[in-house]
Amino acid sequence: MARPTVALVDSGGTNIASVSYALERIGADARLTNNPADIRAADRVILPGVGAAGAGMARLREAGLVEVLHEVEQPLLGVCLGMQLLFAHSAEDGGTECLGLLPGRVVPIPPAPGLRVPHMGWNTLTNLHADPLTEGLADGERAYFVHSFAVPVTAHTLQTTEHSGTWSAVVRSGNRWGAQFHPERSARAGARLLTNFILEVSP
Amino acid sequence: MTLARRIIACLDVKDGRVVKGTRFRDHQDMGDITELAARYSAQGVDELVFYDITASPQGRRVDVDWIDRVAREIDIPFCVAGGISSVQDARAVLVAGADKVSVNTPATRRPELVGELAREFGTQCVVVGVDSLRDEDGQWRIRQLTGDPEATRALDTTTLAWVERVQELGAGEIVLNAMGSDGVRQGYDVEQLRAVRQVCGVPLIASGGAGTVQHFIDVFTEADVDGALAAGVFHSGDLTIGDLKGALHRAGVEVRLD
Repeated sequence: MARPTVALVDSGGTNIASVSYALERIGADARLTNNPADIRAADRVILPGVGAAGAGMARLREAGLVEVLHEVEQPLLGVCLGMQLLFAHSAEDGGTECLGLLPGRVVPIPPAPGLRVPHMGWNTLTNLHADPLTEGLADGERAYFVHSFAVPVTAHTLQTTEHSGTWSAVVRSGNRWGAQFHPERSARAGARLLTNFILEVSP
Repeated sequence: MTLARRIIACLDVKDGRVVKGTRFRDHQDMGDITELAARYSAQGVDELVFYDITASPQGRRVDVDWIDRVAREIDIPFCVAGGISSVQDARAVLVAGADKVSVNTPATRRPELVGELAREFGTQCVVVGVDSLRDEDGQWRIRQLTGDPEATRALDTTTLAWVERVQELGAGEIVLNAMGSDGVRQGYDVEQLRAVRQVCGVPLIASGGAGTVQHFIDVFTEADVDGALAAGVFHSGDLTIGDLKGALHRAGVEVRLD
């Protein structure tokens, strides 16, 4: 069987090169695109993203990608801001309507004594529900997080992390997954998650 | 607390090679950028910072070719500093694959730069490097153009006031380079870092003075910094990342172990 093709959505964020190189390192056949036909034709779709929700949604609208992301039936993975954009709403930038592919709202990480915001660095993952995407990522495995807004734990949360509260680290609803951490910069844990997304999750 | 304290290796880049100086002077060649980046990454370092130390004094922007090579090679985060003085400069560096940009001299010249970068890329991408030295009156004050001793200038701004100001403007992380202790391996400037910690609500990275495992234990336990950056002690092989992290773990400091 041919390698699954991956459409890396060109949302204009600045971590696209890093995600693309991470996919190259694991041998995936990834193509950077904002062409709806390419996105519909791919076996897997990844929505990367870094920065703020308002600008992220504005870029997706300008590129005409909102509709196609709603239509995608193959496995879709949002990364960092890309995961947050999958939800209905973000409190960032004075309140931003997002894609609404998963129910729930993105909220600011509250300040707490001795804890810094942004939540930046290598934090531990805790498994709530087993899933093909997180297969091989044991409790206590560390991944690299950088964010000031976060998704509370919901029925869709697969893995959590703790920093001034317990937050969703990995989420899933049907064929839509999201990782709050940066798999492209998370060494072994990140490579494992991306490999699972390419090879293990079933449409 | 489950977030690990970070060990950061700093690679000073000059003319496309990694160099190391003492007290910001007398640079010696340490090797190829991507080779060293891959080696530290394999040893378990949490993050890398590349300082193009001659960019600001020479009035030029950081070169992006090697950033792309590093981004392809490693799977841990890295930050680039040196001569980034506009949104356009930062975009080139981030698009090439860097996770963060660090601004130092250009922010001292035009503080609004910090806010412009934060609005464009998010605060999490914006690191402010602060070169600080204690003056004869006992105050810590910032310096600019520290990549070239001939060009280095002392400013009137106190370090604590500057750290507060850049956070208001949108800095997502502060790297405090204690120039008095840099390169001499007598320990981090814990006194200064504790003072900065009191006014710093974003991640704070200690820089300058690491020589032994105990120096790292001290700076994490006494100054509550989020990360500790070092160069010479790693380049020389006197301390390996693995040994350091094992010792920190045994001392009760939360670190990422492989």
